Amino acid sequence: MVEASGAGDIIPPAAVEDVELYHPHSWWTRYVFSQDAKVIAIQYSCTAIAIGMVALVLSWLMRIQLAFPGALTFLDAERYYQFITMHGMIMVIYLLTALFLGGFGNYLIPLMVGARDMVFPYANMLSYWLYLLAVAVLVASFFASGGPTGAGWTLYPPQAILSNTPGGQDWGIVLMLVSLIIFIIGFTMGGLNYAVTVLQGRTRGMTLMRMPLTVWGIFTATVMALLAFPALFVACVMMLFDRLAGTSFFMPAIVEMGEQLQHGGGSPILFQHLFWFFGHPEVYIVALPAFGIVSDLISTHARKNIFGYRMMVWAIVIIGALSFVVWAHHMYVSGMNPYFGFFFATTTLIIAVPTALKVYNWTLTLWRGNIHLTLPMLFALAFIVTFVNGGLTGLFLGNVVVDVPLSDTMFVVAHFHMVMGVAPILVIFGAIYHWYPKITGRMLNEGMGQLHFWITFLGAYLIFFPMHYVGLVGVPRRYNEIGETSFVPASVHDLNIFITIMALVVGAAQILFLFNLAWSLRHGREAGGNPWRATTLEWQTPQTPPAHGNWGKDLPVVYRWAYDYSVPGAPEDFIPQNQPGTYPTREAGA
Amino acid sequence: MSAMLLFLCVIAAIALWWSAGQGLLSKPWLEVGIASGPRDAHDADRPKLPAQKVGLGVFLAVVGALFTLFISAYLMRVNTQDWWATPVPRLLYVNTAILFASSLCLHWAKVEAVRGRREQLRTAMLAGLMTALAFVTGQVFAWRQLVAAGYLLADDAATSFFYVITGMHGLHILGGMVALARAARLVRTEAIVTPRLRLSVELCATYWHFMLAVWLVLLALFAGWAGSFVAFCRQLIT
Amino acid sequence: MAVVLVLVAIAVGSVLFHLLSPWWWTPIASNWSYIDHTLVITFWITGAVFVAVVLFVAYCVWRFRHDPGRRAAYEPENRRLESGLAVGTAIGVFAMLAPGLFVWHQFITVPSEAAEIEIVGQQWLWSFRLPGADGKLGRAETRDVAPDNSLGIDKADADALDDVVIEGGELHLPVGKPVKVLLRSIDVLHDFYVPEFRAKMDMIPGMVTYFWLTPTRTGTFDILCAELCGVGHSQMRGMVVVDSEADYQTWLAEQATFEQLQAALPAATTVAEAPGR
Repeated sequence: MVEASGAGDIIPPAAVEDVELYHPHSWWTRYVFSQDAKVIAIQYSCTAIAIGMVALVLSWLMRIQLAFPGALTFLDAERYYQFITMHGMIMVIYLLTALFLGGFGNYLIPLMVGARDMVFPYANMLSYWLYLLAVAVLVASFFASGGPTGAGWTLYPPQAILSNTPGGQDWGIVLMLVSLIIFIIGFTMGGLNYAVTVLQGRTRGMTLMRMPLTVWGIFTATVMALLAFPALFVACVMMLFDRLAGTSFFMPAIVEMGEQLQHGGGSPILFQHLFWFFGHPEVYIVALPAFGIVSDLISTHARKNIFGYRMMVWAIVIIGALSFVVWAHHMYVSGMNPYFGFFFATTTLIIAVPTALKVYNWTLTLWRGNIHLTLPMLFALAFIVTFVNGGLTGLFLGNVVVDVPLSDTMFVVAHFHMVMGVAPILVIFGAIYHWYPKITGRMLNEGMGQLHFWITFLGAYLIFFPMHYVGLVGVPRRYNEIGETSFVPASVHDLNIFITIMALVVGAAQILFLFNLAWSLRHGREAGGNPWRATTLEWQTPQTPPAHGNWGKDLPVVYRWAYDYSVPGAPEDFIPQNQPGTYPTREAGA
Repeated sequence: MSAMLLFLCVIAAIALWWSAGQGLLSKPWLEVGIASGPRDAHDADRPKLPAQKVGLGVFLAVVGALFTLFISAYLMRVNTQDWWATPVPRLLYVNTAILFASSLCLHWAKVEAVRGRREQLRTAMLAGLMTALAFVTGQVFAWRQLVAAGYLLADDAATSFFYVITGMHGLHILGGMVALARAARLVRTEAIVTPRLRLSVELCATYWHFMLAVWLVLLALFAGWAGSFVAFCRQLIT
Repeated sequence: MAVVLVLVAIAVGSVLFHLLSPWWWTPIASNWSYIDHTLVITFWITGAVFVAVVLFVAYCVWRFRHDPGRRAAYEPENRRLESGLAVGTAIGVFAMLAPGLFVWHQFITVPSEAAEIEIVGQQWLWSFRLPGADGKLGRAETRDVAPDNSLGIDKADADALDDVVIEGGELHLPVGKPVKVLLRSIDVLHDFYVPEFRAKMDMIPGMVTYFWLTPTRTGTFDILCAELCGVGHSQMRGMVVVDSEADYQTWLAEQATFEQLQAALPAATTVAEAPGR
């Protein structure tokens, strides 16, 4: 397994005890109730993409309503609010969180740290099935009487559980809350695996500072999620009691349609604090894996070590930690104590510094690189553009007083779609083009991929960049139609039509992508074990796709960090992590 | 949210202490070859912590966050005008004693597991299981007393919090009992105290102590001691 | 190399769009032009960073594109460059944050001469209450809301009797006079949003929130709700009219006080039905 190169420091791999592997005995336990992280990863990914397609179709319908109000007769205000709620909730939690942590986390962590599997495979399997159950409950709310909840993805009380909100007094909100609770329990099982596998499952030689940034990103995001999701859990449980048992955690005295309700004394702001205490870290739970993955994509395809690796690691950890003390920047105009604004604006803008450093380091990795414009690299470049754009508009919204006119307008919608919608999803695409050969043994079709890339990147930019200006004009978010106003010029309507057409085109391109995924499974070019000539461990498996147990007889031993690209004096422009040996010029190079 | 921020500070301190030994300041590109020194988690002279123990530690952090968030919500709500505290049923103090006894039983079980005495281990585990069951039953009786006294779930905020938080704690005890029962079954099926069994017992014991600590904090909160404690701390500072 | 051209086009195109497109904020009608200034500063700083980063990426992609005979440089890090960039970024961030916090301080410091008015949101209607002759708003509670008292004003409070109550009508404000806007909701969250005023704030049932402003030009402006409040959210509209002092006094004299409304009620109790729907 280890190539002998004359160096004296080759260590027999047996020093690492092997984990007890669960061996599947039948087709069912191999492919359905599998405890193999790779199978679970594929299950997670397929489910997430499937439910994500539902959310995509919902976004089409909403965009059609915004551009051509009333064109779809079934899409009244009630449906519109149900659709925005489901679109948001699915995209943020059931697609992005599940795909990054459940999908990429499961596939990449054991392979990248040189483990045979996750440390608790049974809990890992349960995690997926609970996730699937959560998705099923969520989908069931579409068919429940009254339909899904239309409270907005933030589920703010009191309206979330009142009768003038779709699903508020029907099953919609109950199913939503139950689904979230199941999701969180399931995630906790998976999250324990991701975190503990990184902590305890690393192979010999794999120190923390030798881990690829992908693992750092997913690990930090997992730890954050483990600490942040309980806030959503608490909020969901308490709201469920308010809705079903008539308690008043979040419910003040309310007169609804002329009638005094039996609630009193509760605080809607309390819910907002709990929700955003989860909600803000959630942004980084999605962003940090993307940061990590894109670092590896850029480094591999520019054939150059990631610039400032240590700074990248520290930045990931600092961003993760800081993201727990910025939550109230979502609440500047919520009526909370206005003096909080000083604190939260300051912490929010401080986060911009490590984030900016990451951006600089990505661009500096390109500098003096040897850039292969492969599909993963193209997506990584597109990520930089969209992330910088979305991140910079975050400086508007984080700076408390600038947020006042912009909050709750389409500017906010454009901002968070750019920064946590488009940018991470571009990374997901890049990552799929990058790791598909490892997962299936075949390359994705290049022509379809190019078409998909250009439509997605340019289309998404053309959707969300102009949308900022719709918000700047003053159009509020969550309006099914703006109607007559004195301040919105008619030309905004034309812009809306343009955005909608772009949205339909970009959506259609995703169908091409799904087709490519299926088509290349059979007809893709054979990839070989390491088509990108990458250094990290997942490319050094004895089989492609990796077999059960990942590594054959012996675990790999790690001799170097994850970024030994273009080392001066080395025969190749990459040195795998499990290859021993030094090169004389390296000291001078470093 | 101050309670939660305090909790996060503790977590951050632990993470910082741990990462201090992980060589996060090293320059990995200069270090080729098999890594050595304290930053290698698999160093031979440092016994490797079993993944289960680390897993339980992380899980307890999650559970801790959950209860801290409930407490945070409670503390944010406690300052509003329509708040009047629910009286703490006397029975709660008896339950506390039972839970304390349960924790002691688990500690005893741990000691017996280390000594490898299978029979005594079994007795200790059964005693732990029984006392835990007694605690949960006692909690249900405490609820019934409250209901009989006219404090209903939806009546006022303090009562709602009391039911929801004690219920959540009870669920966690029940979950622990499932794990303990599984470990107790291991005693029956295995002739000697295997390392696997010993590990299970140790994990259960840790969990029990943790849930006892959580319960003591919750009791202090409901009995109003937490308020006085915070006031006392404020006095110390000013 | 299409990607290089596209990157350049994005950088240049975004700036041109910003400068040339007709879509910009509506002319301001309050004293919060400081907010606009801060926003413009932010636009300049962030715009410069965006253009610089994108053009730098484009240059790198063009200059360092794959060439079979060349190897990438081996450059693990450069502490001086990184710390320099960190300091530079921190300065840029500070340049945006400092004026922001300065203006926020003004935003939350209500001048003592500001007149109080109250705005009440309910699904899906705006109501207004002015303090009347005594200059004081009476107490009000959601618990006191009844068919004949849809704002929940405390009838026992002497200060409340002369309050001017406007339900579903237009709000008038005198130009040039600071107002402290107290916000209350009796059902769900709402948000009092007049784009021309720039300031806005959520209305929370069970709480009174506030902001203040000084209208600076006369005119009629739309009131919208900016916090999702149920199916009628986008239909929840109102009007605010900023008057000259003389017009304002004329309008004010025509309005009924709470006492007068209550006195007029017995004849009209039959129409005291729930608002909305």
